[in-house]
Amino acid sequence: MKLEVNGNEVEITSDADTPLLWVLRDELGLVGTKYGCGIAQCGACTVHLDGSAIRSCVTPVSAVAGKRIQTIEGQASDHRLSPVQQAWLETDVAQCGYCQSGQIMAATALLSANPSPSDADIDAAMAGNICRCGTYPRIRKAVHLAAALMSEEQSA
Amino acid sequence: MSEHLTAGSMSRRRFVQSSGALLFAAQCPVGLSRRAYASGAGAMMNSFVRIDPNNLITMLANNSEFGNGAYTVMSMMLAEELDVDYRSIALEAAPTAPEYYSPLFREYLTAGSVTTGSTFIPMRTAGAKARAMLLEAASRNWGVPTAELTTADATVQHAGTGRSSTYGELLEAIHRLDIQPPETVTLKDPSEFKILGKPTRRYEGAGKVDGTAEFGIDIKLPGMLYGAIARPPVHGGSVVDFDATEALAMPGVVKAKAIRAGVVVLADSYWRAQKARAKLKINWDRGANDGVSSEQFYADYRALADTPGLLAEDIGDAIGALDAAKASGSLIEATYEMPLLAHATLEPMNCIAQVEGDTCTVWSGTQYQSNDQEVISRFLGVPQQNVTIHRPLMGGSFGRRSSKTADYTVEAVEAAMGESVPVQIIWSREEDIRSGHYRPLFVHKLRGSVDESGMPEAWHQVAVGQSLMQGTKHDPTYMVRGIDIYSLDGCLQEPFGVFPYGTSYQIPNHRVESHNAPKQGIVPQEWRSVGHTHTGIAYECFLDELAHKGGVDPMELRLRLTKDHARMNRVLSVLKEKCDWDKPLAPGRGRGVASRIYNISPVAQAVEVTVAENGDFTVDRVVCVVDCGFAVNPLGIEGQVEGGLAYGLGGMAFGNIDIVNGEVQQSNFHDYPVMRLPQMPKVEVHILPSDEPPTGIGEQATTPIAPAVANALFNATGRRLRRFPLSSQGFNLV
Repeated sequence: MKLEVNGNEVEITSDADTPLLWVLRDELGLVGTKYGCGIAQCGACTVHLDGSAIRSCVTPVSAVAGKRIQTIEGQASDHRLSPVQQAWLETDVAQCGYCQSGQIMAATALLSANPSPSDADIDAAMAGNICRCGTYPRIRKAVHLAAALMSEEQSA
Repeated sequence: MSEHLTAGSMSRRRFVQSSGALLFAAQCPVGLSRRAYASGAGAMMNSFVRIDPNNLITMLANNSEFGNGAYTVMSMMLAEELDVDYRSIALEAAPTAPEYYSPLFREYLTAGSVTTGSTFIPMRTAGAKARAMLLEAASRNWGVPTAELTTADATVQHAGTGRSSTYGELLEAIHRLDIQPPETVTLKDPSEFKILGKPTRRYEGAGKVDGTAEFGIDIKLPGMLYGAIARPPVHGGSVVDFDATEALAMPGVVKAKAIRAGVVVLADSYWRAQKARAKLKINWDRGANDGVSSEQFYADYRALADTPGLLAEDIGDAIGALDAAKASGSLIEATYEMPLLAHATLEPMNCIAQVEGDTCTVWSGTQYQSNDQEVISRFLGVPQQNVTIHRPLMGGSFGRRSSKTADYTVEAVEAAMGESVPVQIIWSREEDIRSGHYRPLFVHKLRGSVDESGMPEAWHQVAVGQSLMQGTKHDPTYMVRGIDIYSLDGCLQEPFGVFPYGTSYQIPNHRVESHNAPKQGIVPQEWRSVGHTHTGIAYECFLDELAHKGGVDPMELRLRLTKDHARMNRVLSVLKEKCDWDKPLAPGRGRGVASRIYNISPVAQAVEVTVAENGDFTVDRVVCVVDCGFAVNPLGIEGQVEGGLAYGLGGMAFGNIDIVNGEVQQSNFHDYPVMRLPQMPKVEVHILPSDEPPTGIGEQATTPIAPAVANALFNATGRRLRRFPLSSQGFNLV
């Protein structure tokens, strides 16, 4: 089956019931998307399906045949980090870093739907992304900073 | 005030005076090379620094990075003395060889929050000695005194003649002139620091936002097979026999075989290995621990706590004072109970191994590299130097990856035996929760009384739980008269064994005992802040109970108890001010305080909570004051404080491993809940300025959070919480 990943059309030979997570990691070698639980409880596997956040660990690849997937590897464009990625670096969010691909993907999806989220909006949108290192205070800060960067970009 | 820190007697004396002989006894890395030698085209300036002719500087890192910030502080230290941008330094994990062992542990081990303290002089010395060699080379090349030379951005410059050479260009002269590392070198005075002490972003941060940071689970090797292990339902169980017919018929499945850990299925993808594993039919011998239950542990430990234990400390006459208090009706007693806890690192355990003849290579995220090498070498019956360990970044550790059994590493080696390709074992989350090594269950029984002024007069504590160290190779170091010093860490007023510190309190009659509970299949494991994870709760909560009994404000009580401990008293004084301790709180709200010493660093937290009628509560604000000596990276410290307390808060609020009929009941994040973003309090971090040597911070902030929250809940509701997690007591962190 075919799907589009980060703008590239790819031919998938994995079994149809293989979760998209393992197709990305083991067949396509895109290991930026992580395994944490396998039951959509931790958010480490978050990718975008046509711009909306989904949990790739419970999404069989057959369900996304012919669709457009974006992963963490596709967030930067023309070697320029996305505003969310820039905000993450500026705020020095990551500790171990394992959850952060999922956090960034969830935050990016939130901001594209809601460019100016409140703390309560952020809590609700990001509650599904576990961080064992407890970087939550900086995640909150970085989402607000990303919102500001995006709004600057738009008015520029 | 500030003096030149020389890698020699002066700094040793200063460290020993202020921080205890054990922690900072060694000033130079073990085996710091006396002779520079060519390493390919580049030069190993010493064990820790390689410089290539193209001017690339590489640091060999002998501490692991798992979010703790080790790579950042170490590259900062090297960059400061070598006068380079810390991010221009390339980093390799140092090989598993004695010259890289920690001078403190004499093992290749990252633990105890000692990385910063134990690398501060050695890594700076490595940089300073390399710089001294480069200056000597330039000086002799140009015929000018070294005093006229400066360094910046990996070049040596002579202002007088405008000459400049990159470090790489000077390697030729170093070889030709046989320039060696000097015996001693002067390190920079703190007043000259350009990097150390400044808030510094994570060294490897860029890769952690773009998906390129490589964790163990991400590594792909040519021809690698993926393995999924079916593990016994009871810890300590084993395989009797199995039928893999159905599993082997599935596409991509290569093999199924029994190993000590269970039955491993090898396939060409992890998903296929997992699917095939589900089709195995296995007869298990449930073993000696079938029928074990965690409720039985609690009952057994409570019974043991009523019997005399091994005596660690007996100051004054606690028994006598408490007998008198009992007779007069002023004795208080309480029993605190803390459950088994999993670590639940977000990257589950995993390891790649390849066995070829009598050599073995593993790719493993580990805190305990020398032990992994020893265990593998014993298992295979090959010399240690035949075992090579490649250490990637780790998705969290919190103590799980410093396994004395090297469990998740040696099982991969066993799975790889007889295979012609590397084998990667990945633990599913279910295995990670069910089959791991746990923070042991502990019961603490406490009795106490107060004097006429309301201050604690007598204290008797009995701790019961599994020993981390008994029967391990660490037994001689960490067991004193049969007592595991970790079981009582933070409970003793006097230094005990190799821990050169006590609590900061002075209670006149103070008796502390412990019992080592039987293992019954559980392998106890260090969990961020180790002994404090349970002693902190027992001690700081019972202290709060005594404060209440005596009618003394808990903050005031701690200030009085620490009047002879300048560092802790200062921390508490600052905390009291910064947290607005005396400001009244609205009904339904409460505040609590706890203070701990972890590895000589005093830390204290004040917490504000809001509690609803139904027991839902929020932790609204945590103010944390820490004295960790000179703050090498304040930005990193702030992150470790926030993260350390979040880890402890989640543990006390939700963490619970139940064993029923030998089987662990929990399996994933739906039934082993952990902290999430909405539950995170606002945190204010205050790092006390200090000229003392840096200590560490990875675990410090985990030590006071649980008791501070429990004390705050009492303050808000009048209910004393003595059994954890809080969710089992009708208090839900939301």
